[in-house]
Amino acid sequence: MKYVLMFVETEQFAADLAAMGDAERDRAYARVQQWFAENQDKITHHARLMPPGAATTLRLDRGEPLVTDGPFVEGKEVVSGFTEVEVADLDEALRLAKSWPGCPVVEIRPIAS
Amino acid sequence: MTQPSHAELARVVRECAGRLTASLVYLVGDFAAAEDLVQDAIEAALTHWPAEGIPERPDAWLYTVARRRGLDVLRRESRYREKLALVAWPAEPEPDDRLRLIFTCCHPALPRAGQVALTLRVVCGLTTAQIARAFLIPESTVGQRITRAKRKISDAGIPYRIPPADELGARLAEVLAVIYLLFNEGYLCSGGRHAQSRDLTDDAEFLAALLDDLMPTEPEVAGLPALIRLHRARAAARFDQNSEIIQLQQQDRSLWDRDVIADAGRLIARAAAFKRPGPYQLQAAIVACHAEAERWEDTDWTQIVVLYDMLLYLAPSPVTRLHRAIALRYVTGPAAALREVEALADDLSGYHLFHASRAELLRDLGHTDQAQAADARALTLTDNPAQRSLLRQRLNWI
Repeated sequence: MKYVLMFVETEQFAADLAAMGDAERDRAYARVQQWFAENQDKITHHARLMPPGAATTLRLDRGEPLVTDGPFVEGKEVVSGFTEVEVADLDEALRLAKSWPGCPVVEIRPIAS
Repeated sequence: MTQPSHAELARVVRECAGRLTASLVYLVGDFAAAEDLVQDAIEAALTHWPAEGIPERPDAWLYTVARRRGLDVLRRESRYREKLALVAWPAEPEPDDRLRLIFTCCHPALPRAGQVALTLRVVCGLTTAQIARAFLIPESTVGQRITRAKRKISDAGIPYRIPPADELGARLAEVLAVIYLLFNEGYLCSGGRHAQSRDLTDDAEFLAALLDDLMPTEPEVAGLPALIRLHRARAAARFDQNSEIIQLQQQDRSLWDRDVIADAGRLIARAAAFKRPGPYQLQAAIVACHAEAERWEDTDWTQIVVLYDMLLYLAPSPVTRLHRAIALRYVTGPAAALREVEALADDLSGYHLFHASRAELLRDLGHTDQAQAADARALTLTDNPAQRSLLRQRLNWI
């Protein structure tokens, strides 16, 4: 089955990352790189997103299309990237997500076949 | 043929349902479809058996109905028909098949209410209507929970299997939590239960014993049925004729079932031999200290406090600390116990037992006004009629 792992950042996580020294931050990024390398046989697609400040939202259900600045929900938790994986079942997707060394929340959603 | 009693019907269905579902999942290769067929067969049994009597081979009867129904429903899908037509009863499932069923129903990706409803339906063979009556919730709510849980299993790709060794501990804890919740629900409402409604404590004990049969080398899995049996063995002494709670100290211990208590004791000893203590084994051991005492005065309070210390080490919780403090009263006296209880005020100020326990200790120490106030506070925090009645009695004593 194909799943998307949506990586979700919290304010605390962003603050912790910003407070890190360069060497420490490099190590954190290296752990994430290693995770991708170790699981490359299961990963079919991956994208990291620009911060929510770069987002633009368009609403098409209000007569005229409505363009607004920012993500579609304003919240303390924002999607910062996603990875598409091909695994046997939810348990395998969960095992992958549990080993994720990056941001603290991961939503696992199956792709509609 | 004699007409079967309500309890007999429940027992027979419970024995057959899980096996039948496990066989059909194996046959049709689809959890949700198999579950529907079994549910239909059970509905049919509950229509026919009360009047016609329970057939000699209830499992074969249910299987025949489920199979016929399966053929009707799946007529156009030749793959299923071939499969169903090929197999003749008895198709004894591997013992593991019912375990798979349990682990699937209690998967952590399902909400707790869905896990409970699905386990009752799939493993114990309750109908949606029976679950609704037992939990005093609308049938449509139960139906929705079941439908959503089944859809999640298929859409999210929840596997139908026993988890691997490295995940077994956490997954087993989830299963035990579901069964224990079921037991507590049944146990708490047993005072005011309608005679015809399903006794969930029967189902909880059945599930706990089944799991223990299927996983005999997991000590926590033995701890749970021991705990459940120790509670049930003393159920007859819990309420008086007016459904008022009788406290442990005042209970008539001749009403306790000594055989069941001894049996639970053996189960605890068997589990303890693995030397892997856990919360269910420790809770069972604590309850056994009470159950094995011939008289209130014989209770081994020192042992109870030691067991609570171990439990707090493995599973820290303010409610467990409160219970330890209550036991401490009989070891080091009410003043020390009260200090322990007071220390929990921040965590438990909204919990009626915190105030009720404080009231008892304050009364022991002669602070009757403060005790009154604490009992009055406890009364505002519980809706349970039997508990409210007990607290009102205490307020009238003084």
